[in-house]
Amino acid sequence: MSFDLVANVVVAGVLTGLVYGLMALGLSVIFGVVRVVNFAHGEMMTIAMYAATVLFASLGLDPFLCILPAALAFFVFGYLLQAGLINPFITRPEHSQFMLLVAVAIIMVNALLMVFGPSARSIQVDYQLESFELGKVLVDKARFFAALAAVVTAGLLFSFFKFSLMGKAIRACADNHLGALVVGLDVKKLYALTFGLGSVCVAVAGCAMVLLVDVTPPLGPAYTLLAFVIVIVGGLGSMPGALLGGVLIGVSEALAGLFVAPSAKSMFSFGLLILILLLRPQGLLGKKA
Amino acid sequence: MTRASAALAVLAIVLIALPAMVGNYALSVVTLILYFAYTGQAWNVMMGFAGQLSLGHALYVGVGAYAAGGLFFHYGAGPWAGLWLAMLLCVALGLVIGFLAFRFGVSGVYFALLTIAFAEFTRVGFDHLDWLGGPGGMFLRVAQRDTWDILNFRGPPLMYYYAILFLCGAALALCNLLLKSKAGYYWQAIRENEEAAQALGINTFRWKMLAVAISSAMTSVSGVFFAFYYNNLFPEQIFHISRSIEIILGPIIGGVGTLFGPILGAAVLTLLSDGITEGLAAMGWEIPGIKQVFYGVVLLAVIMFLPNGIWPFIARKLKL
Repeated sequence: MSFDLVANVVVAGVLTGLVYGLMALGLSVIFGVVRVVNFAHGEMMTIAMYAATVLFASLGLDPFLCILPAALAFFVFGYLLQAGLINPFITRPEHSQFMLLVAVAIIMVNALLMVFGPSARSIQVDYQLESFELGKVLVDKARFFAALAAVVTAGLLFSFFKFSLMGKAIRACADNHLGALVVGLDVKKLYALTFGLGSVCVAVAGCAMVLLVDVTPPLGPAYTLLAFVIVIVGGLGSMPGALLGGVLIGVSEALAGLFVAPSAKSMFSFGLLILILLLRPQGLLGKKA
Repeated sequence: MTRASAALAVLAIVLIALPAMVGNYALSVVTLILYFAYTGQAWNVMMGFAGQLSLGHALYVGVGAYAAGGLFFHYGAGPWAGLWLAMLLCVALGLVIGFLAFRFGVSGVYFALLTIAFAEFTRVGFDHLDWLGGPGGMFLRVAQRDTWDILNFRGPPLMYYYAILFLCGAALALCNLLLKSKAGYYWQAIRENEEAAQALGINTFRWKMLAVAISSAMTSVSGVFFAFYYNNLFPEQIFHISRSIEIILGPIIGGVGTLFGPILGAAVLTLLSDGITEGLAAMGWEIPGIKQVFYGVVLLAVIMFLPNGIWPFIARKLKL
């Protein structure tokens, strides 16, 4: 096995991993602030992917142009989901929240199955076959742009949380729920906003991912698990951690596919998850609780 | 005799006499209900009693099923030997997971995700274990449908019905006993407030480990039942996270931590799922996925309007 091949696989793994990372970033932001684990995260991702295939098939819209309308729609959807369904559950026990989101996930997966059927959908654009040459490493154009979209979105989200007043208010809610209430923040509204922003991450990641893989309804639960693995490895609630976790999982999946068997790749991800939970439960970049 | 025990006695008599009254299809539905009731009861020991949320109980069903099924498949040993191997393996697994989690302070959501991780890890592992069939599945020698071969647990559906009915009754009695024992009170103290329990001098690590051991041993038995009732095992099906969710839906819908919640929840969900199938077939709406959408909506409604489950609500209404 040549070095070039490994280098190619690693580069592809990093790029795919950045898209994974953006998806997981949404989960991490939602958990970090609302303290609810979104068990319907991967299902939302597949909805975004299907939306991109529909827009492409009907209007011929390039998936990267779908990002804006999809992000808007997902923001509203996430806002309403949190405001309408999840807010009443934030004081309930964990298993109760879990059940709520599992029910939402079951409805989503099967609604997709009803509408689109079980067969895989994909998007074919001409630049999917093109690539950049960096020395001996070939970088797929589609994969590169997908990763770029993920990085840009993550950067925008970072700066929103870092610099804007609303972003600071949301961080205040996450740091001290009671304190946020005392200074007069509308915590429930900020929770809804946060869920909306987390959903935007999913929308962008979905539109980017649809260029890299075919979408089927069962991909949803698989992505939910993948997002869990990534945020725990990176640190649940840590934003850079989600991206780092995404890259690590992307590379480990790619290498496992190359050296062992593609079907065994998730075993490595889960093995990594178990190790991290035991040795560094707060994740690589997470802060100790 | 209290109203509750009278109602239980009536239910027991009805269930014992049921095969004489209904056909094979209804019997298979009730068998399924009892299977979920038993497995839910086993999960409830860990979550409902001791407050440890496991989202990976399919792990114990799967390992139990493959242990007994593998012994039968390769060596022709009946489930009476396999049962012990299944329990041994599952208790060992449960204790390892419990030890790692509790010693390293993994709790709450993190504990739940750890249990998922172990189940998924095992699922992919079994997919690559050719000795036990791998992804192509393992098929047990099909039962002689007319004679009761108790030694090999092969026989007509009636035999499986009584076996799972017995298991359900035994699990109910065991859980009743556990809840009223010292362990039960310790568990509830840990569930409500672990730090307070620790401050009172309860060795929370030890009692949580006991809950995991009992729960995993009980769940392994449903795995053995599953293997011999269905005769085929696929890692993709038995270990999958949706199986773990299926196991815990019953007790959550019925009422976490109650004795009758898992039974009621299993009955409600199985009948609901069957009812939706029948109803949709009658209306000619046979679109793949539509049944689960209805199911999800009902689930959503129950969890929103009856947060403690159906059983506490009914028990209050009936003054049981």
